[in-house]
Amino acid sequence: MKARAFDYMRPKCVQEALEAFVSADGDASYIAGGQSLVPALALRLQAPGLLIDIARLDELRGLSIADGHLRIGATTRHCEILGSDLVREHAPLLAKAAPFVAHPAIRNKGTFGGSLALADPASEFPAMTLALDAIIEIASVEGSRRVGAGDFFIDLYETALQPGELITAVYVSLATAKTRTAFDELARRRGDYAIVGAGIDAEMQGDFVERMRIAFLSVGSTPVRVGAVEAALTGRQLTPQAIRQAQDVLGTELDPVGDEHTPPEMRRHLARVLLGRLLGRLEANV
Amino acid sequence: MSGKVAISLAVNGETIEALVAPRTTLADFLRQDIQLTGTHTGCEMGVCGACLVLLDDRPVHACLMFAVQADGCAVETVEGLTHRRAIDDLQKAFHERNALQCGFCTPGMLVSAYGILASGDEPDRDGIRDALSGNYCRCTGYESIVDAIETTARQRRQQMAEDKA
Repeated sequence: MKARAFDYMRPKCVQEALEAFVSADGDASYIAGGQSLVPALALRLQAPGLLIDIARLDELRGLSIADGHLRIGATTRHCEILGSDLVREHAPLLAKAAPFVAHPAIRNKGTFGGSLALADPASEFPAMTLALDAIIEIASVEGSRRVGAGDFFIDLYETALQPGELITAVYVSLATAKTRTAFDELARRRGDYAIVGAGIDAEMQGDFVERMRIAFLSVGSTPVRVGAVEAALTGRQLTPQAIRQAQDVLGTELDPVGDEHTPPEMRRHLARVLLGRLLGRLEANV
Repeated sequence: MSGKVAISLAVNGETIEALVAPRTTLADFLRQDIQLTGTHTGCEMGVCGACLVLLDDRPVHACLMFAVQADGCAVETVEGLTHRRAIDDLQKAFHERNALQCGFCTPGMLVSAYGILASGDEPDRDGIRDALSGNYCRCTGYESIVDAIETTARQRRQQMAEDKA
């Protein structure tokens, strides 16, 4: 339960961090909050020769409005998301999901970018970047590139990040007067991994759905957008009938994984229940 | 590879200069290098909450960071909180309510409770349970711990009201 020996460095800028990774021939890992990496090191699931500590790089910090988007610096901690007025106003879905992320002490250290880079399919923020169609900014020694959340999550713990690449920021479109959001999850105990969770980001005119994005967590090897459900609701009024139909579509669209506690049928059922609740909240605008 | 690194950090208000191996967790550093054994190591993977300390005044797991990462930071352990009498009332309430049996989880519980109460709000029982969701106790069933924190929150609120009046 102790990490293998490694070297440690704290670069002064992102460029230095990126170059250090290359110099280590890839036998390195970036560390920010470390709330998933440190246990992985302790369990020796990973054993890099060098840890590059990016937690204090100013370039990666903070929440701001930039180019009509909310910019979330990669090392913004979960507790900062939770306490931020900017997030509440401009990305209400993230504000609603934040209290569900892990436990308070983990939120005090864990970072937004770290959560995305790990891409745990049971995590809240990766799924919500999908529901928000966020843009992920990635740096490497070759330069910077941007990837849409829809192209970022590839498979279990596998993302569009190439070795040595680093998430620098995430950009979320600003909520408008029409925006309505809802988030909830079903877990055996608050703070534990959800059996199933979901978030919705919608634009609505009265009861009519103009646009809706729905993402689920804990239902597969990646966070999952449910396009068929979104299509079934777009342009419609959120009546009890429409909600029931959406639940039926979800039942056929979702192909959830099972585990020793939760067979796929149970997870599918709970996902339908959850979808119904969330759509009910959108309709009631609460 | 893996030479020791010089760090300087404040622990319970005292500046500590030390050479640490990068792989040494903050929990092991506190317990083994500077003999502050009030911080307990249980699961050593961020699940049980027995190792919580304050890092720059926020509760964090001392097992989920390396001592090198705490360079330049202020760490406060349950010993520090006790010494500066920041949790006298909490400790008394834990005692009165039997909020511990074996006591292994108690330092982490106290640090979590300190974090809950530091916000100045008077949390309800659900809120307290929520905030303790990362702290395992295998003895008490949690009820008495929630009692103790709720009682302390109420007392502090009353004290503040009296001080104002």
